[in-house]
Amino acid sequence: MKKIQKYIFPIIFLILIGLSYLFDFTAGKQIGINFWMFFKEMILFLPLMFILIGLFDVWVPREKIEKHIGSGSGWKGTGLVILLATLQAGPLYGAFPFAYILWKKGCSIRNIFIYLGAFATIKIPMITFEIGFLGLKFSLLRTLITLPVFILIGYFMEWYLKDKDFEVKQP
Amino acid sequence: MLVLSILTIVCLIVSFLLDSGKTLIGIKKGLKMFIKLLPVLLLMLALVSIALFLIPNETLVKYMGEASGIKGWLTAALIGSVALIPGFIAYPLSGILIDNGVAYSVIAVFITTLMMTGFLTLPVEAKFFGWKVSVLRNLVSLFAALFLGLIMGFLL
Repeated sequence: MKKIQKYIFPIIFLILIGLSYLFDFTAGKQIGINFWMFFKEMILFLPLMFILIGLFDVWVPREKIEKHIGSGSGWKGTGLVILLATLQAGPLYGAFPFAYILWKKGCSIRNIFIYLGAFATIKIPMITFEIGFLGLKFSLLRTLITLPVFILIGYFMEWYLKDKDFEVKQP
Repeated sequence: MLVLSILTIVCLIVSFLLDSGKTLIGIKKGLKMFIKLLPVLLLMLALVSIALFLIPNETLVKYMGEASGIKGWLTAALIGSVALIPGFIAYPLSGILIDNGVAYSVIAVFITTLMMTGFLTLPVEAKFFGWKVSVLRNLVSLFAALFLGLIMGFLL
Protein backbone atom coordinates (compact mmCIF):
# COMPACT_ATOMS: atom_id res chain seq x y z
CA MET A 1 0.00 0.00 0.00
CA LYS A 2 2.79 2.38 0.95
CA LYS A 3 4.46 1.68 -2.38
CA ILE A 4 1.36 2.72 -4.31
CA GLN A 5 1.00 5.84 -2.18
CA LYS A 6 4.35 7.10 -3.41
CA TYR A 7 3.11 6.85 -6.97
CA ILE A 8 -0.21 8.54 -6.33
CA PHE A 9 0.56 11.74 -8.30
CA PRO A 10 2.04 10.04 -11.35
CA ILE A 11 -0.91 7.62 -11.38
CA ILE A 12 -3.47 10.46 -11.24
CA PHE A 13 -1.53 12.23 -13.99
CA LEU A 14 -1.54 9.17 -16.23
CA ILE A 15 -5.26 8.57 -15.62
CA LEU A 16 -5.97 12.16 -16.67
CA ILE A 17 -3.87 11.71 -19.81
CA GLY A 18 -5.71 8.47 -20.55
CA LEU A 19 -9.06 10.22 -20.14
CA SER A 20 -7.89 12.99 -22.46
CA TYR A 21 -7.29 10.43 -25.17
CA LEU A 22 -10.63 8.77 -24.50
CA PHE A 23 -12.55 12.02 -24.79
CA ASP A 24 -10.29 13.57 -27.42
CA PHE A 25 -9.23 16.46 -25.19
CA THR A 26 -6.48 18.21 -27.18
CA ALA A 27 -4.62 19.89 -24.31
CA GLY A 28 -4.36 16.64 -22.36
CA LYS A 29 -3.18 14.78 -25.44
CA GLN A 30 -0.47 17.36 -26.12
CA ILE A 31 0.72 17.12 -22.50
CA GLY A 32 0.75 13.35 -22.92
CA ILE A 33 2.97 13.63 -26.00
CA ASN A 34 5.34 15.95 -24.13
CA PHE A 35 5.46 13.57 -21.19
CA TRP A 36 6.30 10.66 -23.46
CA MET A 37 9.15 12.64 -25.06
CA PHE A 38 10.75 13.42 -21.67
CA PHE A 39 9.99 9.97 -20.32
CA LYS A 40 11.79 8.30 -23.23
CA GLU A 41 14.85 10.44 -22.63
CA MET A 42 14.87 9.60 -18.93
CA ILE A 43 14.11 5.90 -19.11
CA LEU A 44 16.91 5.28 -21.61
CA PHE A 45 19.47 7.41 -19.88
CA LEU A 46 19.00 7.14 -16.13
CA PRO A 47 19.13 3.36 -15.51
CA LEU A 48 22.49 3.21 -17.31
CA MET A 49 23.71 6.15 -15.31
CA PHE A 50 22.61 4.52 -12.05
CA ILE A 51 24.33 1.26 -12.96
CA LEU A 52 27.54 3.23 -13.51
CA ILE A 53 27.02 4.95 -10.16
CA GLY A 54 26.53 1.57 -8.49
CA LEU A 55 29.73 0.24 -10.05
CA PHE A 56 31.56 3.40 -9.04
CA ASP A 57 30.31 2.84 -5.50
CA VAL A 58 31.66 -0.70 -5.20
CA TRP A 59 34.95 -0.18 -7.04
CA VAL A 60 36.28 3.25 -6.17
CA PRO A 61 37.76 3.38 -2.66
CA ARG A 62 36.91 6.32 -0.44
CA GLU A 63 40.55 7.19 0.23
CA LYS A 64 41.18 7.84 -3.48
CA ILE A 65 38.28 10.27 -3.81
CA GLU A 66 39.06 11.96 -0.52
CA LYS A 67 42.66 12.44 -1.50
CA HIS A 68 42.02 13.77 -5.00
CA ILE A 69 38.85 15.84 -4.65
CA GLY A 70 38.37 16.04 -0.87
CA SER A 71 38.61 19.15 1.25
CA GLY A 72 42.39 19.35 1.10
CA SER A 73 42.67 18.80 -2.63
CA GLY A 74 43.07 22.40 -3.87
CA TRP A 75 43.12 23.43 -7.52
CA LYS A 76 44.02 20.01 -8.83
CA GLY A 77 40.85 18.62 -7.26
CA THR A 78 38.77 21.40 -8.79
CA GLY A 79 40.29 20.67 -12.19
CA LEU A 80 39.51 16.99 -11.80
CA VAL A 81 35.81 17.45 -10.96
CA ILE A 82 35.40 19.90 -13.84
CA LEU A 83 37.00 17.42 -16.22
CA LEU A 84 34.77 14.64 -14.87
CA ALA A 85 31.63 16.77 -15.26
CA THR A 86 32.34 18.12 -18.74
CA LEU A 87 32.82 14.64 -20.17
CA GLN A 88 29.34 13.61 -19.09
CA ALA A 89 26.08 14.34 -20.85
CA GLY A 90 22.42 14.55 -20.04
CA PRO A 91 20.10 16.78 -18.04
CA LEU A 92 21.16 18.25 -14.69
CA TYR A 93 18.90 16.00 -12.66
CA GLY A 94 21.15 13.15 -13.77
CA ALA A 95 24.04 14.82 -11.96
CA PHE A 96 22.42 14.80 -8.51
CA PRO A 97 22.82 11.05 -7.88
CA PHE A 98 26.42 11.26 -9.02
CA ALA A 99 26.99 14.20 -6.69
CA TYR A 100 25.61 12.02 -3.90
CA ILE A 101 28.05 9.22 -4.58
CA LEU A 102 30.98 11.65 -4.79
CA TRP A 103 29.91 13.16 -1.48
CA LYS A 104 29.61 9.72 0.10
CA LYS A 105 33.16 8.98 -0.98
CA GLY A 106 34.53 12.14 0.61
CA CYS A 107 34.37 14.86 -2.07
CA SER A 108 34.45 18.36 -0.57
CA ILE A 109 31.40 20.67 -0.47
CA ARG A 110 33.10 23.11 -2.82
CA ASN A 111 33.87 20.44 -5.39
CA ILE A 112 30.32 19.04 -5.21
CA PHE A 113 28.88 22.38 -6.30
CA ILE A 114 31.62 23.02 -8.84
CA TYR A 115 30.79 19.60 -10.25
CA LEU A 116 27.11 20.54 -10.56
CA GLY A 117 27.96 23.87 -12.18
CA ALA A 118 30.33 22.33 -14.69
CA PHE A 119 27.92 19.51 -15.43
CA ALA A 120 25.16 22.00 -16.15
CA THR A 121 27.02 24.51 -18.26
CA ILE A 122 30.02 22.98 -19.98
CA LYS A 123 29.62 19.71 -21.79
CA ILE A 124 32.22 18.74 -24.31
CA PRO A 125 29.70 16.69 -26.36
CA MET A 126 27.38 19.74 -26.55
CA ILE A 127 29.96 22.41 -27.37
CA THR A 128 30.13 21.62 -31.09
CA PHE A 129 26.35 21.89 -31.15
CA GLU A 130 26.44 25.29 -29.48
CA ILE A 131 29.11 26.57 -31.88
CA GLY A 132 27.00 25.39 -34.82
CA PHE A 133 23.97 27.42 -33.79
CA LEU A 134 25.39 30.38 -31.89
CA GLY A 135 28.88 30.80 -33.29
CA LEU A 136 32.39 30.22 -31.99
CA LYS A 137 32.78 33.64 -30.37
CA PHE A 138 29.61 33.36 -28.29
CA SER A 139 30.24 29.77 -27.21
CA LEU A 140 33.85 30.41 -26.28
CA LEU A 141 33.06 33.56 -24.32
CA ARG A 142 30.13 31.95 -22.53
CA THR A 143 32.25 28.97 -21.51
CA LEU A 144 35.20 31.08 -20.39
CA ILE A 145 33.07 33.44 -18.30
CA THR A 146 30.88 30.71 -16.82
CA LEU A 147 33.90 28.73 -15.59
CA PRO A 148 35.10 31.20 -12.91
CA VAL A 149 31.49 32.04 -12.02
CA PHE A 150 30.57 28.53 -10.93
CA ILE A 151 33.92 28.03 -9.22
CA LEU A 152 32.97 31.11 -7.18
CA ILE A 153 29.57 29.56 -6.49
CA GLY A 154 31.40 26.47 -5.19
CA TYR A 155 33.45 28.62 -2.81
CA PHE A 156 30.34 30.53 -1.73
CA MET A 157 28.35 27.36 -1.00
CA GLU A 158 31.29 25.92 0.95
CA TRP A 159 31.64 29.09 2.98
CA TYR A 160 27.92 29.21 3.68
CA LEU A 161 27.43 25.51 4.46
CA LYS A 162 30.65 24.55 6.19
CA ASP A 163 29.34 24.69 9.75
CA LYS A 164 25.70 23.91 9.00
CA ASP A 165 25.74 20.08 9.07
CA PHE A 166 25.34 19.94 5.33
CA GLU A 167 24.99 16.51 3.76
CA VAL A 168 23.95 15.03 0.44
CA LYS A 169 21.26 12.53 1.30
CA GLN A 170 20.50 9.23 -0.28
CA PRO A 171 16.99 9.66 -1.70
CA MET B 1 23.36 8.36 -25.49
CA LEU B 2 25.33 5.89 -27.61
CA VAL B 3 28.51 6.82 -25.77
CA LEU B 4 26.83 6.24 -22.42
CA SER B 5 25.50 2.84 -23.53
CA ILE B 6 28.91 1.71 -24.78
CA LEU B 7 30.61 3.03 -21.65
CA THR B 8 28.16 1.23 -19.38
CA ILE B 9 28.51 -2.05 -21.27
CA VAL B 10 32.31 -1.87 -21.29
CA CYS B 11 32.40 -1.05 -17.56
CA LEU B 12 29.99 -3.89 -16.84
CA ILE B 13 32.06 -6.42 -18.78
CA VAL B 14 35.36 -5.33 -17.21
CA SER B 15 33.79 -5.24 -13.76
CA PHE B 16 32.19 -8.66 -14.24
CA LEU B 17 35.47 -10.24 -15.33
CA LEU B 18 37.23 -8.80 -12.30
CA ASP B 19 34.61 -9.69 -9.70
CA SER B 20 31.12 -10.86 -10.58
CA GLY B 21 29.81 -10.67 -7.00
CA LYS B 22 30.91 -7.08 -6.57
CA THR B 23 29.39 -6.20 -9.95
CA LEU B 24 26.00 -7.58 -8.98
CA ILE B 25 26.06 -5.62 -5.72
CA GLY B 26 26.91 -2.49 -7.69
CA ILE B 27 24.09 -3.00 -10.19
CA LYS B 28 21.66 -3.68 -7.38
CA LYS B 29 22.74 -0.58 -5.47
CA GLY B 30 22.40 1.61 -8.54
CA LEU B 31 19.02 0.32 -9.63
CA LYS B 32 17.68 0.49 -6.07
CA MET B 33 18.52 4.20 -6.01
CA PHE B 34 16.80 4.63 -9.36
CA ILE B 35 13.61 2.89 -8.19
CA LYS B 36 13.54 5.01 -5.05
CA LEU B 37 13.85 8.16 -7.07
CA LEU B 38 11.35 7.14 -9.75
CA PRO B 39 8.13 8.56 -8.17
CA VAL B 40 9.57 12.05 -7.78
CA LEU B 41 11.14 11.86 -11.26
CA LEU B 42 7.77 11.02 -12.79
CA LEU B 43 6.18 13.88 -10.89
CA MET B 44 8.83 16.25 -12.24
CA LEU B 45 8.34 15.04 -15.82
CA ALA B 46 4.59 15.55 -15.46
CA LEU B 47 5.16 19.14 -14.28
CA VAL B 48 7.59 19.75 -17.12
CA SER B 49 5.22 18.44 -19.77
CA ILE B 50 2.43 20.66 -18.46
CA ALA B 51 4.76 23.69 -18.44
CA LEU B 52 5.90 22.97 -21.99
CA PHE B 53 2.26 22.82 -23.09
CA LEU B 54 1.42 26.12 -21.38
CA ILE B 55 4.44 27.91 -22.90
CA PRO B 56 5.22 26.47 -26.35
CA ASN B 57 8.31 27.51 -28.33
CA GLU B 58 6.40 30.07 -30.41
CA THR B 59 5.39 31.91 -27.25
CA LEU B 60 9.00 31.95 -26.04
CA VAL B 61 10.14 33.50 -29.32
CA LYS B 62 7.37 36.06 -29.12
CA TYR B 63 8.05 37.16 -25.54
CA MET B 64 11.81 37.24 -25.71
CA GLY B 65 11.76 38.84 -29.13
CA GLU B 66 9.52 41.68 -28.00
CA ALA B 67 11.10 42.40 -24.67
CA SER B 68 14.29 44.39 -24.70
CA GLY B 69 16.78 45.73 -22.18
CA ILE B 70 16.31 44.71 -18.57
CA LYS B 71 12.86 43.39 -19.31
CA GLY B 72 14.32 41.05 -21.92
CA TRP B 73 16.84 39.72 -19.42
CA LEU B 74 14.27 39.11 -16.74
CA THR B 75 11.94 37.42 -19.21
CA ALA B 76 14.81 35.20 -20.40
CA ALA B 77 15.80 34.38 -16.82
CA LEU B 78 12.24 33.57 -15.82
CA ILE B 79 11.58 31.33 -18.81
CA GLY B 80 15.00 29.70 -18.52
CA SER B 81 14.50 28.92 -14.84
CA VAL B 82 11.11 27.33 -15.27
CA ALA B 83 11.60 25.50 -18.54
CA LEU B 84 13.54 22.28 -18.84
CA ILE B 85 14.59 22.11 -22.45
CA PRO B 86 17.31 19.65 -23.47
CA GLY B 87 20.39 21.16 -25.12
CA PHE B 88 19.66 19.69 -28.52
CA ILE B 89 16.45 21.74 -28.62
CA ALA B 90 17.70 24.80 -26.69
CA TYR B 91 20.55 25.65 -29.08
CA PRO B 92 18.50 25.58 -32.30
CA LEU B 93 15.80 27.55 -30.48
CA SER B 94 18.40 30.13 -29.44
CA GLY B 95 19.55 30.32 -33.04
CA ILE B 96 15.97 31.19 -34.05
CA LEU B 97 15.80 33.80 -31.29
CA ILE B 98 19.01 35.43 -32.54
CA ASP B 99 17.57 35.53 -36.07
CA ASN B 100 14.51 37.24 -34.59
CA GLY B 101 16.66 40.02 -33.22
CA VAL B 102 17.14 38.89 -29.61
CA ALA B 103 20.43 40.17 -28.17
CA TYR B 104 23.28 37.74 -27.50
CA SER B 105 23.42 38.76 -23.86
CA VAL B 106 19.76 37.80 -23.41
CA ILE B 107 20.49 34.44 -25.04
CA ALA B 108 23.40 33.94 -22.62
CA VAL B 109 21.03 34.50 -19.68
CA PHE B 110 18.45 32.19 -21.24
CA ILE B 111 20.87 29.33 -21.87
CA THR B 112 22.59 29.63 -18.51
CA THR B 113 19.38 29.65 -16.48
CA LEU B 114 18.06 26.85 -18.63
CA MET B 115 21.04 24.72 -17.69
CA MET B 116 21.84 25.77 -14.13
CA THR B 117 18.49 26.49 -12.56
CA GLY B 118 15.41 24.35 -12.66
CA PHE B 119 12.47 25.29 -10.52
CA LEU B 120 10.55 22.26 -11.79
CA THR B 121 13.39 19.91 -10.92
CA LEU B 122 13.50 21.21 -7.34
CA PRO B 123 11.54 18.22 -5.97
CA VAL B 124 14.27 15.92 -7.31
CA GLU B 125 17.12 18.14 -6.17
CA ALA B 126 15.60 18.47 -2.70
CA LYS B 127 15.66 14.67 -2.29
CA PHE B 128 19.43 14.88 -2.35
CA PHE B 129 20.30 18.31 -0.95
CA GLY B 130 17.23 19.25 1.08
CA TRP B 131 14.91 22.13 0.18
CA LYS B 132 16.93 24.94 1.73
CA VAL B 133 20.20 24.19 -0.01
CA SER B 134 18.45 23.42 -3.31
CA VAL B 135 16.58 26.73 -3.33
CA LEU B 136 19.77 28.55 -2.38
CA ARG B 137 21.75 26.90 -5.18
CA ASN B 138 19.06 27.81 -7.70
CA LEU B 139 18.86 31.42 -6.55
CA VAL B 140 22.64 31.86 -6.58
CA SER B 141 22.76 30.34 -10.06
CA LEU B 142 20.01 32.68 -11.21
CA PHE B 143 22.01 35.72 -10.10
CA ALA B 144 25.13 34.25 -11.67
CA ALA B 145 23.27 33.91 -14.96
CA LEU B 146 22.14 37.55 -14.86
CA PHE B 147 25.70 38.61 -14.07
CA LEU B 148 26.97 36.52 -16.96
CA GLY B 149 24.47 38.21 -19.26
CA LEU B 150 25.75 41.59 -18.10
CA ILE B 151 29.35 40.73 -18.98
CA MET B 152 28.35 39.18 -22.29
CA GLY B 153 26.42 42.34 -23.07
CA PHE B 154 29.58 44.39 -22.62
CA LEU B 155 31.78 42.06 -24.63
CA LEU B 156 29.56 41.23 -27.59
